[in-house]
Amino acid sequence: MKKKLPLEGVRVVAMTVVFSGPFSAMLLADLGAEVIRLETIHHHANVTRGIIARPPQEMYTNNYDGGYWQYPDRTVGEYPYNRCTLFNVNGRNKHAVTLDLSREKGIEIFKDLMKITDIFIENNSPEVLDKFGINYEMMCDANPEIIMISAPGYGLSGPYRDWRGYGNNVEGVLSHTWQSQYSSDDLSTRTPSLVMDSTGGCGMTMAAMMALHHREKTGRGQFVDLAQGQTLMPCLGEGFMDYSMNGRVQTAMGNRHPVAVQGCYECKGDDNWIAISISNDGEWEGFCRALGNPDWTIDKKFTDSLSRREHHDDLDENITNWTSTQDKFVVMKRLQEEGVPAGPLLSEKDAYNDPHLKDREFFVEITQKWTGTHNYPGFPWKTSRTPQEVRLPPPGLGEHNEYVFKELLNISDEEYAELEKEKYIGTEYLPDVM
Amino acid sequence: MEQVLSDVKILDLSWYITGPYCAKILADYGADIIKVEKPGEGDPARAMGPFHNDEPHPEKSGLFLHLNTNKRGITLNLKSKTGKKIIKELVSDVDILINSFSPGVMERLGLSFDELIKINPKLVMTSISNFGQTGPYRDYKSNDLISYAMGGSMLSTGIPSREPVNLARNIKMYECGWLAATATLGVWMGTYRDGIGDHIDFSIMEALSGSTDRRSAQLLGYNYCGNASPRLDPKNLRRFFIPTNVFPVKDDWVLPSIVPARWPAFAKALGRPELVKDPRFKDISDTSKAQDLDDIFREWIGDKDKEEVCSEMQSLGSAVTPINTPADIMNSEHFKERGFWVEIDHPATGKLTYPGAPIDMSDGGFAIRRPAPLLGQYNQEVYENLGYTKEDLITLRGQKVI
Repeated sequence: MKKKLPLEGVRVVAMTVVFSGPFSAMLLADLGAEVIRLETIHHHANVTRGIIARPPQEMYTNNYDGGYWQYPDRTVGEYPYNRCTLFNVNGRNKHAVTLDLSREKGIEIFKDLMKITDIFIENNSPEVLDKFGINYEMMCDANPEIIMISAPGYGLSGPYRDWRGYGNNVEGVLSHTWQSQYSSDDLSTRTPSLVMDSTGGCGMTMAAMMALHHREKTGRGQFVDLAQGQTLMPCLGEGFMDYSMNGRVQTAMGNRHPVAVQGCYECKGDDNWIAISISNDGEWEGFCRALGNPDWTIDKKFTDSLSRREHHDDLDENITNWTSTQDKFVVMKRLQEEGVPAGPLLSEKDAYNDPHLKDREFFVEITQKWTGTHNYPGFPWKTSRTPQEVRLPPPGLGEHNEYVFKELLNISDEEYAELEKEKYIGTEYLPDVM
Repeated sequence: MEQVLSDVKILDLSWYITGPYCAKILADYGADIIKVEKPGEGDPARAMGPFHNDEPHPEKSGLFLHLNTNKRGITLNLKSKTGKKIIKELVSDVDILINSFSPGVMERLGLSFDELIKINPKLVMTSISNFGQTGPYRDYKSNDLISYAMGGSMLSTGIPSREPVNLARNIKMYECGWLAATATLGVWMGTYRDGIGDHIDFSIMEALSGSTDRRSAQLLGYNYCGNASPRLDPKNLRRFFIPTNVFPVKDDWVLPSIVPARWPAFAKALGRPELVKDPRFKDISDTSKAQDLDDIFREWIGDKDKEEVCSEMQSLGSAVTPINTPADIMNSEHFKERGFWVEIDHPATGKLTYPGAPIDMSDGGFAIRRPAPLLGQYNQEVYENLGYTKEDLITLRGQKVI
């Protein structure tokens, strides 16, 4: 039985930047909302359509570092800001327009756009909207039923409101960095994880839908003050509950576990690893069978789950001796056949070749004007009746200006040409934009 | 108070972290959740720590207490014929069913989506599993570490000279709770309008592969140009941020993330505005002079503690933040002032402080209506509501159905 898209007929304007906001806007677009991304040709939102808007080609020619900001064939091209991975991976199903909000006429057009908008979402530092005089009150003047979601890292009140920093800084403040380490004794090996961008992106999407549902019932729009940090904190709940209940400060466990014996073990080849976890005697017996019951497994150090935890280092050494000569996929298969949780650390290449992700058609092909045809990471879940499709490829800067300004806002051809001439709108960043 | 999701009824058959957290998010915003647990032992999270006063007890698990606020808990043996009949009665009256059984279990219990949709045509069913309901890995076992290894950016986490390392334990399971809640509410928004139910096949591996904690962008990078994203020594980020990496401060650490464009402001914050003219720092991204700048920052830090370092730097516009412990952040003024922490009274533990609202809505938002349920606490209320008498309940208890 075919369904319509859940958010069909809902219009979202997204002034979102970097990871979380664009991810959220994409989820709303996947669900059927008409998402209009709002940008300006006068300013590139830091690290959103590239580290900078037009990076020099030398930065990428021989750059094999990977990361979030890459270009097809390591070529930045004529329109680098339409070709960058971080932007494009969160770009499907969206429209994109440009508008200069720093001038009065831009704000007037913005207000007209708000009149036909259901939800406005943004995740800038609080100062950005302040600068343009954009706030909930002015939106309500334009559209009393509007829903506005503001999602900076720390929220719109409190002493950290205007603190500077990136998602990774916020994760440090919230104690995630402290707990995600080899050891809490030395934090100099930290990896900049971005879990908050995922939870914050989901939080923005949930907030939009919950506020919309509330409006369907009550007729009232609302303002949502969404501190993205607060979406991550419940995910560290065990640490907070331990402190709350016992006054204990939990520390990082590396790859270890409070109950099981587990680790990340080296396999054959260059930088190949497998994660294995053994949480009870049954799994231990399966593990021993998978190895062919070698002598070391019957050592009394490893006979019960307590002694195995006591001799964890010893155990790790023995496991590594076994895994290090073998292919990680062979080890996974062998252990899983015996009921032991085990899985290889998939490189990007492994993921693209993975038989399971292939079987489930996880990757989706998208053709976009500036990058050609590529396989993109697809939808994070599958539905059986609700359609999941790519209706639009990742949008170029200002690609849908004509649609939004002429068709939706009824701006005349003459006025539109004037807006272009006066650089209110456009499809290229101005030459001095970084 | 009328909450945003007060009109949503959910049957939660899930356990451990991802499913219960997904359901908790919806419950905390008003959904009425009936949580079904196995008679006797209940949700396995009840057996996991940390425990109140370190006393292992099924009603004192901090993990369970945190993840199951606002739910009404009942016990039911799904393997018994009577249990199955009762589940179907419950399904007929809910909007959403969440489960996290291994693929195939619901089918074997006669509770597949195809069966349940006959009873309730507007049912949204969310099935959470490690690898999804189909595919070659379908029946493989996994946990937090393995899910991160296969679905996340674990190969990029840690430093090049060591093994890859997990993030904070279980955080990927919670992240999937957020994603599953988004999927569930998203699909239900459609069902609310058209009355047609749906089945969500939520694979943890896929959700992590398609989500935005580094992985999806790194995957596309490989597809665009063949680059992998290897583990990186954080010192190498010096090219993008000054000074270098984290700094020890007394017994703590701080993390500066100052982009080169903010160098003049940073120099001012250090009380040394003249440094911008120092020939050593003409190109502030030049890593060969990194040590000099690091020494200047270290000298400025002196014996200040991390609060002093960060508040002074932030007040002058420089991005330096503390690396906090859970205790630090629970005691910090910011989230207290925002009313984030909530006090919840529970019969087995008394009053405790819990993490509160993830989203501050101005109308109809987060509220704690009840603490996590005791095992079977709402049996009488829920079953009597279905029309069972007190005598029926005694019989069902005797037969170990509830």
